[in-house]
Order: sequence, then structure tokens, then C-alpha cells
Amino acid sequence: MKHFSNRYIFIFSSVMVIAVATLLAMAATMLQPKQLKNLEIEKKKSILESIGVEATAATTENLYDKYITESLVLNSRGENIEGFDAFDIVLKEEEKKPLEEQHLPLFRATAENGEKVTIIPVEGKGLWGPIWGYISVKPDMSTVYGATFDHKGETPGLGAEINTRAFEDMFIGKKLFEDTKFVSVGVVKGGAKDGDPHNVDAISGGTITSKGLEKMLSDCLGKYNDYFVKNRN
Amino acid sequence: MSNQEKEPMFSAKIRKIFTTPLGKENPITVQVLGICSALAVTVKLKPALVMALSVTIVTAVSNFVIAALRDYIPDRIRIIVQLVVIATMVILVDQFLKAYAFDVSKQLSVFVGLIITNCILMGRLEAFAMANKPWPSFVDGLGNGAGYGIILVIVAFLRELLGSGTIYGYPVMQKLGVYSTGYENNGMMILPPMALIVLGLIIWFQRSRNESLIEKK
Repeated sequence: MKHFSNRYIFIFSSVMVIAVATLLAMAATMLQPKQLKNLEIEKKKSILESIGVEATAATTENLYDKYITESLVLNSRGENIEGFDAFDIVLKEEEKKPLEEQHLPLFRATAENGEKVTIIPVEGKGLWGPIWGYISVKPDMSTVYGATFDHKGETPGLGAEINTRAFEDMFIGKKLFEDTKFVSVGVVKGGAKDGDPHNVDAISGGTITSKGLEKMLSDCLGKYNDYFVKNRN
Repeated sequence: MSNQEKEPMFSAKIRKIFTTPLGKENPITVQVLGICSALAVTVKLKPALVMALSVTIVTAVSNFVIAALRDYIPDRIRIIVQLVVIATMVILVDQFLKAYAFDVSKQLSVFVGLIITNCILMGRLEAFAMANKPWPSFVDGLGNGAGYGIILVIVAFLRELLGSGTIYGYPVMQKLGVYSTGYENNGMMILPPMALIVLGLIIWFQRSRNESLIEKK
């Protein structure tokens, strides 16, 4: 084994680190446009899923243009704000602002059965990291048309179950309003009663994720209260 | 020395470097390295194949790089150098997957990043690449990656077939019409413990066939 001086070791490590950093920076910069495109397709795919349209990576763009008719940005009083693209709004950034200054994105779509539905993005915290999703509501602005959820790293088999069809489909037909009061949809441990219009079953073993999801729904959908009230028919 | 220089690229020795990790010295079933990821990504064939491919590429290339640098790497910081090489490769693979195989990269999630901690890699770099020339080291990396991959694919094949009734996403069981006879998918196969049991069965089978693997009392 050759003996290396301290000087050599320092120079060797410096050169190595600089070389590696350059290589990685180049790779990251070159691949970024493609990665961002993938994220955009992924987002469009989730939005479509919330109205029950299954898309693949290849068909997403076309289906999105076909079903999603309009996108709006609202303020917390339910008024339209011009000059912003709903698709580009990052909910996490908005949540840091005071409620009056938040931009609330919203999408309108024509569902498969011809019904005009409104799609609202939601975002919250699970057990290990962020959870998010899209809820679509029927023209009465209370009945849930469909829902889709996703998560960054909830426990597989427990909290991660929120993005299964079985869980998401329980939301279909639930009501966000009790008469004229916003109550959101709750997630009940031990199971919701049959015919309960405001609750779904929680996930066994995924209590914190379930609670986080419940909070996410009432927090995010609650901000649209004024819009719901004004536009229901 | 000059004799070795002229060694053909695919000599018997090189072929042997490639084939031993497939069977007799398989990193998973014999050396029991890297089984953590083997359990995690074998629910379906597709992520298992991508994972096997990623590990093979990372092992082979980092083996090559370390072997090429072996005379210049100061002994005192060799583990750090090895880690830097592995980590760089893994990040590159991860970035490429995110750009060109987004769905798979989502399924593999943290496990691509965890290739860095896969014991097979450090094991090969330390045991082989630090003492051999670049080309044999590259082949050794390929062999170990493939040995890891074979086991992953066998486990994933069984788990996907029996657990979901599909092979590479193709609904075999449905096409065969066995559901009408009362057959049902075994949900147990999808859970992590069954990966361990399937792996155990493979090890049992391999040891019963290959006597040199049986420990002497």
C-alpha cells in the first residue's frame, strides 16, 4: 500500500468533490425540463381522476383538454381574480399568506355524464409528510362527485391506503353542506354509519393519516365557502 | 504482468467472474446481502426489473471507476471515496428515472435512493474493485447485479402471479379463466412477509441442490 501525504489527500478529495458536483449539476439541469413535464402530466392525471376519468401518461394531455373546460383563481370571498393561472398555483405557498391574500385555484369540468362539476385541489399533512388530492363537486356545490388523494410517504398498507380506489370511492355522494352550513366530510374511526351523508370510514392503523385527511378537507374546502354559497343551483 | 495485459476480454476467468455471483456466490441467497430492497420492490415484476437494472448499472460502473482509480485513492479515505462514487451514480440513475420512467420512479420511491446503502455495492467495491483491474471489476459488478436481479425477478414473478394474478401487468389468471372455478388471488403474497418466505424457499432449494453450500457440522 502506497503512502499518501495529507496534502495529496486534501487535493484528491477537493478535486473529487468538484468533479462530482459539476457532473451532478449538469445532469440535473439537463433533465429538469423533462422532469417538470412529468410532474405536470401527473397533476393533470390526478385532476382527471377526481372526475372518474382514468388516463395514462400518453393520453393525459388530450383528455385534460377534452374534459377540463375552465380554470379560475378566487379570493377567499369567492370572487374571481384575473391574471393568474390556476394550474400554476402552489397551495403550500398560498397557505403561508393570510387568508384574505390567498389565491384559491379551482377547475371546472364537464364530466362523462355531461354534468358540470367543480374541482378543488386540497393539501394537508399526513403522518410522515404531505398529502394532497382533488375533490370534485356537483353543481349543487355540496354533493361530492369524486375524489382522489395521493401522498409522499405514508406507511404502505396503512396510511398509504388513502390513494386506493376503495377509499376514494367512499367520498362519492357525500355532502359538504348540512342545509346551508359547511360541515365538510369527516373520517370516522370504527366506520361511518350506513347512509351518513357527512362521514366515511377511517383507515384501520392509519389514524393520523385519516385525521390529517379530515383536517385537510375541512381547511381547504372551507375557504371556498363563499364561492359555494354564491354559485349553488 | 505482461501475460495478464494480453488476457482476452472474455477469457474463461472473466466469464467465471460473471457467473459465480449468479449461483454459487449469489449476493442475496448465499451472501445474504441487500435483501432489504429485495423484499420491498418485489410485489410486481416491473419495479423489480427496473430495480435490478439500476443496481446492476450502479454496481458495474462504480466498480469500474473505483478499480480505475484504485492506485490513486488514499487508503485512509477510501470508504468515503467509494461512497461518493456510489452516491453520484445513484443520484444520476434516480434523475434519469424521474425524467424517463416517472411511474416506475414513483413506485420505487425511496428505494432508488437506498441503493446507496445496499451492502452489495460497498461489498464489491471493497472486496473486488480495490484489488482488481477495471475490466474484471466491471464484469464483477455486472455479475453481482445480475445475481441480485435474478432473485428479485423470481420472487417478483411468484408474488405478482399468485398475489395479483398477473405477469408484468398481463392478467394471466383472468385469461386462463381460473376465477370462475373459485380460485382467488392470495392477498398474503402482496405483503412483505411473503417475500421473506419465498426468498427462504429459494435459499432452501439452492442449498439442497448445491452441496458445496451446505455448512459442515
